[in-house]
Amino acid sequence: MANTTRTAPARALGSPEAGALVTTRRRRYTLLTRRDKVLLLLMVGIPLALDIVLIWLPTITSVLLSFTNWDGLSDLTSKNFVGLKNYQFMFTGYTLFWPAFSHNVIWLLWLTFIATPLGILFAVLLDREMRGSRIYQSIFFLPVVLALAVVGLIWELQYTPTDGFINNFLGIAHNSHLIDWLGNPRINLYAILVAASWRHIGYVMILYLAGLKSVDPSLKEAARVDGATEVQTFFNVVLPVMAPINVVVVVVTAIESLRAFDIAFIINQGKNGLELLSILITNNSVSEASLVGFGSAIAVVLLVISLVPIVAFLTRVMRTF
Amino acid sequence: MATAAATATVNRRDVQIKRPRVKPARVALHAFLITMVAIWLFPIAWAIFTSLRTFGDTALHGYISWPADGLTLINYQTFVTEAQLPLYYLNTLVVVVPGVIFTLLLASLVAFGCTQFSWKFNLTVLLIFTAGNLLPPQVIIIPLYYAYLHTPIPYFGEIDINAWNFSFAIFSDNTLLYDQYIGIILIHVVFQTGFATFVLSNYMKTITKEITESALVDGANVLRIWWSVILPLCRPALAAMATLLFTFIYNDFFWALVLMKSGAKRPITTALNNLQGEFFTNNNLIAAGALLACIPPILVYILLQKQFVAGLTLGSTKG
Repeated sequence: MANTTRTAPARALGSPEAGALVTTRRRRYTLLTRRDKVLLLLMVGIPLALDIVLIWLPTITSVLLSFTNWDGLSDLTSKNFVGLKNYQFMFTGYTLFWPAFSHNVIWLLWLTFIATPLGILFAVLLDREMRGSRIYQSIFFLPVVLALAVVGLIWELQYTPTDGFINNFLGIAHNSHLIDWLGNPRINLYAILVAASWRHIGYVMILYLAGLKSVDPSLKEAARVDGATEVQTFFNVVLPVMAPINVVVVVVTAIESLRAFDIAFIINQGKNGLELLSILITNNSVSEASLVGFGSAIAVVLLVISLVPIVAFLTRVMRTF
Repeated sequence: MATAAATATVNRRDVQIKRPRVKPARVALHAFLITMVAIWLFPIAWAIFTSLRTFGDTALHGYISWPADGLTLINYQTFVTEAQLPLYYLNTLVVVVPGVIFTLLLASLVAFGCTQFSWKFNLTVLLIFTAGNLLPPQVIIIPLYYAYLHTPIPYFGEIDINAWNFSFAIFSDNTLLYDQYIGIILIHVVFQTGFATFVLSNYMKTITKEITESALVDGANVLRIWWSVILPLCRPALAAMATLLFTFIYNDFFWALVLMKSGAKRPITTALNNLQGEFFTNNNLIAAGALLACIPPILVYILLQKQFVAGLTLGSTKG
């Protein structure tokens, strides 16, 4: 049975009129036995089911829970439904929401307008025949392999008020001018953004370098012959042809900013100036309190913001696949 | 032979004539890059320096001072003896190895199914995986946490590795998914499968479908084709992904922080958080702890730098 279904298309495969699209399609399907089809269904279906159950189902559940006041312990009944009350409290009564929200926005702006351009600058500077280019690349990339929590600890050694390098170097570790880099809520966010950038710049550099390698060198050559400066060449020639990579870099930057959690958490559990949406979700519903419904409402805000870069990225994937 | 040598000298002279003109722009570029390299390496160098000094030394002379007591590994030793450091490495190992293997298996299955055959829902499936991986983990953590608390997992016994004084349960020693290695492995596999599927599909779609077709004609079933035809062709991509996934899973802080309660079971990156406060009493110990935690990924990076970079860029440039 299996053999007969196979031999017929096998002959067709060798025939010269294998051009028409419809027959190609049909032939591919008939090549598969019933068993093959079941196998394929399982090969794709099992991972897909896992992804849906462990990622997408919780996403939807987060949205549903955000309309409840569930405490995580008692049974969840219709009495727990509170409508938009969580959202109302979050936007108007909860004092930590807007600070956390603005910290995420600052994080995004900082990475987008300071760290990412620096990473691109490094990539452009290193994308040339020059001595030591590879060594420079390896060193700038080194922090990318470190865990963000480790990055936080390594920078803590720079920032601690009396024992950290910076204050000792400035000679203010033991007098009244001491700067509490991580404890002062007006500056600690920027202090950890420096640490986050240390890692992010290398990441962007590597992504961009890979893109730059695929730029046709004759384009740059032509611009140079026409008398364009290096800066002009970059902005008018290279940047436009790098559009696909630019999307990736922007998406990566946005996602990293929304995911920001580890550095702030290892420094001080995300308090006192280091509040972030991701940390509020965790603290409210899982680690400190069990305001499941309320934490879910914050998660929904994070979800909605995340959909912007996600959709941007998926649109690009759809265009190229 | 003689002419070849002659041209070689001529060429070298040519080069030498060109060489002396060092462009000032090049000098400025190197000066800038060397400054940046110094800034980049300084935090790590400072951590190493601090970790090699005794607390007494730094307390007496300050952190910026010549090490009067010399350099010592005492802080590292403290970790091994008092903080049970080997245990955390083993916890990581138990999660990372199955994590990487299962992620690559699942992702390559999906990528194979979606790139070698033309189904109606190919693109939809890939989009579901890719989008899932881009979500911030905190968006799903609340329902996931409660699901983990209520999912029963059987207990069949323990596997003891006496030589390492280490044991782990098959599959759950509290009959739940929560607070178990298997729970952490599971979420890593599912979350990373999204990323790995995306990258491997990009790679596999460059393999012509005719290879699969002719294998089908030869009578191989799809599982066989995946394993012995397509996977070998993807070896470079799989190596790159394995390197990258190792680092991703090793470096994870969040999943084990929330989904694992027992400090003694936590992988090393998350364990840093338990040490914060109770054990990290001075900067010298923090430095040693941070460095100990990042030795494996740095080793992997040094040994497999090409794979690492290839893994990151595969996803971005070919897409």
